[in-house]
Amino acid sequence: MRFGLSEEQRMLCDAVSKALAKHVPLERVKSHAKGTAPASDDLWAAVVDAGIPSVLVPAEHGGLGLGLLEAALVAEMLGRYVAPVQFIGTAVLAPLALQLAGSKQQKSEWLGRLATGDARLGVAICEAAGTGRDGAEVRNSGNVLYGKSLFVLDSTGADAFVVADSAGGLHLVDATAPGVELIDVSTIDVTRFVAELRLAGVRSEPLCSGNASHAITRMIEAAWVMFAADTLGAAQRMIELAVNYSAERVQFGRPIGTFQAVKHMCATMAAALEPCRALIWYAAYAQDQSFDDASLTAAHAKAQLAEVGRMVARTSVQVHGGIGITDELGLHFWFKRIGFGRQIYGGPEEVRRFAARLQGMLADSNLGGVDRTTMKRGICG
Amino acid sequence: MDLSYSEKYAKFRDEVRAFISQHGHSAPPPLGGRAPGFDDLEWQRRLVEAGFVGRTVPKEYGGFGAMPDVMEKRIIGEEFSRAGVNQGLTNQGVLMLVPTLLAHGSEEQKHRWIRPSLLGQTLWCQGYSEPGAGSDLASLQTFAVEDGDDFIINGQKIWTSSAHFADMIFCLVRTEPDQPKHLGISYLIFPMHLPGIDVRPLKTMTGEAEFNEVFFTDVRVPKCEVVGQRGQGWIVANSTLKHERGSFGDPGMLAARYKRLEQLFEREAVSGRRLRNDPVLVDRLMQLQGQTLALQFNAMRVMTCDANEEDPGLAALITKLQACELTHQIQALGIDALGEIGLCYGEGEHVREEGFWQGRYMLDLGLIIGGGTEQIQRNIIAERGLGMPREPKLAGR
Repeated sequence: MRFGLSEEQRMLCDAVSKALAKHVPLERVKSHAKGTAPASDDLWAAVVDAGIPSVLVPAEHGGLGLGLLEAALVAEMLGRYVAPVQFIGTAVLAPLALQLAGSKQQKSEWLGRLATGDARLGVAICEAAGTGRDGAEVRNSGNVLYGKSLFVLDSTGADAFVVADSAGGLHLVDATAPGVELIDVSTIDVTRFVAELRLAGVRSEPLCSGNASHAITRMIEAAWVMFAADTLGAAQRMIELAVNYSAERVQFGRPIGTFQAVKHMCATMAAALEPCRALIWYAAYAQDQSFDDASLTAAHAKAQLAEVGRMVARTSVQVHGGIGITDELGLHFWFKRIGFGRQIYGGPEEVRRFAARLQGMLADSNLGGVDRTTMKRGICG
Repeated sequence: MDLSYSEKYAKFRDEVRAFISQHGHSAPPPLGGRAPGFDDLEWQRRLVEAGFVGRTVPKEYGGFGAMPDVMEKRIIGEEFSRAGVNQGLTNQGVLMLVPTLLAHGSEEQKHRWIRPSLLGQTLWCQGYSEPGAGSDLASLQTFAVEDGDDFIINGQKIWTSSAHFADMIFCLVRTEPDQPKHLGISYLIFPMHLPGIDVRPLKTMTGEAEFNEVFFTDVRVPKCEVVGQRGQGWIVANSTLKHERGSFGDPGMLAARYKRLEQLFEREAVSGRRLRNDPVLVDRLMQLQGQTLALQFNAMRVMTCDANEEDPGLAALITKLQACELTHQIQALGIDALGEIGLCYGEGEHVREEGFWQGRYMLDLGLIIGGGTEQIQRNIIAERGLGMPREPKLAGR
């Protein structure tokens, strides 16, 4: 038994970290936010060069053929550098959808191009995660899709979309097909690419002929683990920044880091975050190995990092004092990245409700706010 | 990551299971704070013989003589927990004195004390804290003054659990009053029946006397009873404290505490609705389940580091703080979930599980404070784990 990362996994972390440190300094994040970044897709080229989109693609299609644990390590590094690049949609959920539900032909059409970064897929499954709001829903009528999906991941530059319909079907929708409309959704976190996808009678290509609920469940659980890992990386960085700042900032004639009040804020953050690392490793590995508690631990990873992430985000800003809330310092990019990870695909209460239902709790009928979709997923998963 | 067990360990697990199924029925219930009786000592002897207690203690001192193996230790813990079978005495002698003597004791001390301590025949208490020396333990003021071949001891210890039935005490005393505080302390072992030792029970908020105060008035102890070097008691004691802190990192213990709460949610109902169907309480339960899982996996990570002689760093430093906080919150939710019934304590028709939820809630608050308070833990995490600067010393100290 060995509970920890292998040498190869540590090397992967280091390599991704080095590439991101070089290509995504804070200045690059700032220029992205201001819209003054170079027009060419230089970051995507760097990410492709580091092999990031190929992590989950099987070797037979030209990918690295690694698992969700390795993908989680990459997500952690992307969070650490608040990298404004597409990943969880196009490089994790889309390859999963293709592998779990795609035909042989669909796999060979897409997987190789996803690995090389020549193609990108947006992912529209937010409503299937049980978080449909504002009337968002995609209805399927003989593989013609109607309706809208919100918070489509990795929407910018997507060649096509993986779309879940309200009956548990999965589809590929060409981005240029007639009736497709993509509307940017402006969120707090400018390092993500999310949009609303409107479908006005769009002919789709089904990913599997029947019900793809199992694949959708796996995708959502994988997404939970990825957003948890992204938050881990971002929160870890926020702790380091707070510790560094407290060693430099002098008040009352001494570095503020010598004051117990400040020290204890930092210790509280570290003590809460460190066990999350082991939880994420396990949850990712459990998905790879299809352990019995894979769904449960994915949910707990998501909910736990949502809570701990929020605490770290605000505490780190507070350790920085007034400068912490300025645009100039840029700490807010991490703060907002963590905020995004908390809400997307179900906030902590929503995800914990799923965890409870998995274990047979909350079985009463007529409970307010019960989410039927979540219940359905629990059974088919 | 590889969470499977090799053939060697699968075989070991079978051995443990075989022992439990053969002998588990004769295991007495867990001891709690009492002195062990005949059944407890008999069970302890059997566990030591089978190598499930004192497994890595050399044979010449009465142990099983196995090589240290984190996985074996974990398997033993898992199988006994799963079967709900008593894992033997968890007293100060077994957990703290034996490891300390192995590391610092003389040959004579090892031969004399380890075997009976392991078997529970010799019972120990720990004389560390004093009324004026809690978090600042090194400022302790129990003096041991030389008189020929003896020390004469005067002073007071507090929070001394088991002192009312212990045969022996391992005690920190100031032998070199001229030295800086950390360098003037010696680790001394002596019998509790010596003239001049007065033990008074210290009743806590639970209503029980889990602790004692111990008073020393001109207690005469031979100088040869020092463990390690004279004046080096701080170093010797810290190795004992390390063993104490390590006991909080048992993932099986956390899982068992959470499980008991889950069972409460299964069993109890309010106005006909079972707690497991109450969305507000279940949300709190799920938060605690998530934290329990995280700490369990963290403990597995630390064990892997220990097995490979890697430094687990923060993952180990945060264990005491987080585990004590979590177990306290588990108890708190147990009380809350019981509503008014959660108030019941002591005897009576309505009290649940003999007052376990309130009782442990109060006892666990003591664990948050004892063995390095939450605030001391945060200092350690910040300074050793995060490399933050130490607080400047006050002038004149």
